[in-house]
Amino acid sequence: MIGASPNTTRPSYFVFSYLRTRGRYDVSPINPTTGAIDGVKSYPTLTAYAAERGVPDIVDVFRRPDQLMPIVEEAIAIGAPAIWFQYGVINEAAIKRAEEAGLDVVVDRCIKVESARFDGGLAIGGLNTHLITSRRRHVSPAPGGGLR
Amino acid sequence: MQDHTFGFRTRALHAGAPPDPATGARALPLYMSTSFVFDSTEHAAELFALRTYGNIYSRIGNPTVAAFEERVASLEGGLGAVATASGLSAQLCTVLALAQAGDHIVASANLYGGTVTQFTVTLKRMGIEATLVPGGEPGPLAAAIRPNTRLLFTETIGNPAGNIADLASLSSVAHEHGIPLVVDNTFASPYLCRPIEWGADIVIHSATKFIGGHGTALGGVIVESGTFPWAAGRHPLLSEPSPGYHDMNFAETFGEYAFLMRVRAEVLRDVGAAMSPMNAWLMVQGLETLAFRMQGHCANAVAIAKWLKSREEVAWVSYAGLDDTQTDRVRKYLPHGAGSIFTFGLRGGREAGRAFIEALELWSHLANVGDAKSLVIHPATTTHQQLTDEELVACGVSPEMIRLSVGLEDPEDLIWDLENGLRAARSIATAAAT
Repeated sequence: MIGASPNTTRPSYFVFSYLRTRGRYDVSPINPTTGAIDGVKSYPTLTAYAAERGVPDIVDVFRRPDQLMPIVEEAIAIGAPAIWFQYGVINEAAIKRAEEAGLDVVVDRCIKVESARFDGGLAIGGLNTHLITSRRRHVSPAPGGGLR
Repeated sequence: MQDHTFGFRTRALHAGAPPDPATGARALPLYMSTSFVFDSTEHAAELFALRTYGNIYSRIGNPTVAAFEERVASLEGGLGAVATASGLSAQLCTVLALAQAGDHIVASANLYGGTVTQFTVTLKRMGIEATLVPGGEPGPLAAAIRPNTRLLFTETIGNPAGNIADLASLSSVAHEHGIPLVVDNTFASPYLCRPIEWGADIVIHSATKFIGGHGTALGGVIVESGTFPWAAGRHPLLSEPSPGYHDMNFAETFGEYAFLMRVRAEVLRDVGAAMSPMNAWLMVQGLETLAFRMQGHCANAVAIAKWLKSREEVAWVSYAGLDDTQTDRVRKYLPHGAGSIFTFGLRGGREAGRAFIEALELWSHLANVGDAKSLVIHPATTTHQQLTDEELVACGVSPEMIRLSVGLEDPEDLIWDLENGLRAARSIATAAAT
């Protein structure tokens, strides 16, 4: 998660802490100004992350729109399959570059919200999931790592 | 998201209520619980900080209420919804999410009397000024918008005047000025009109009426489209740090969910006007048959309005569905019917009206609309009695006006009863003439 902040009032912290505490995602901050967030090691760059941890499934981006091109180049270089730009993180040239390099690209969406659409979080908030089903879905694991 | 788009009747039965994950129950479970246990202290902290989704306390959210909210959001074509204790609290919570002391709102003057009072008396005491514009047409409404105006408000079908709002033009006016169009869609219900399809940003209901449909429970609901640019700066309550939430910026944190999150997490939390889970459960039962009830309501309303028009005792009938001056708007905004609430005037004025209502056997004389049972009232002495004469005229109420909310009984029985009422009214009118 590029631009994850240790400041607990920032949107990036909301998303980081949500994904981390679901217990189903391995999420790492990429932020050169901090060593760790909530005990999870932070890496200064995407390249540094990939050298130690390998290729991530998704690169999630919380940065100013004018700073996206170098991030896209780095994501392409490490072979990331997908890049996700959060709310308002929009740069048409960077989007085009990522798409042309064959990455799956998500723009102006929140990865926390989209995760919650399918795990019941949105429905708890009275939000329209657009899901219609008469199949039973089972209770998802408790935050922090499964049913005890 | 699924590849298939489900129709209105399917969503009225299924949206928001898949089989209960905990038990497999097919009907919506009634979670009659004030509060919900936390998994751990960390989980509790995350919930209170709004960093994770979950139930805390039923003033802020409840699983049964959430099912109702999602179902209404689905039927209105919105992003999500927040249920409230009543229609008036839905309005108040909407205004308080967008405006504060020193701000201004603009509304059509053709409104329910309780709304007029809330806007011009209670909001005024809180430092929020309302300008009510007679007629509710786009030009005069636009002229009333100021730099500190935070929203434009109208009813789809004015209560009780029966005027149909030009929703497409009103949404253009609102958006040109950077403010949302808020529409009270109570009289149409989402089956007859979906204001978001015409550019409205927020839709509210008194769910007490057609949504519940059976006169059992009070409730309100606020639906948002998810397309209004809340971060643009015209609404600092959403786009600037909130002292009510550790200086969180709702627009930045929640994107298109900013308004709904603020209504729930701050306004509903602090105002406390939550919907009871029991009421939400009744509302969900009501929604399942909304399409069929609205078809029946509209068919009966047309039959009765036509019959009244043929009667000598009746001076005028004001039903949008039979109003030549509103034909274009009915076709555009209400193609499946103009609802079942309308007014008519008796010859003989106030006394004839009194005799008419007192002679009725089947129609219920009470202050509600949208029940499956047929209802009747004299607005000037009841729902709108707190208004001055000038305000009465401004919101389209005359002294001889009778308001009907046509229910689902056999139309022959409703007409039989109205005939008794007209006979009583005629004897008063005749006595007055001799």
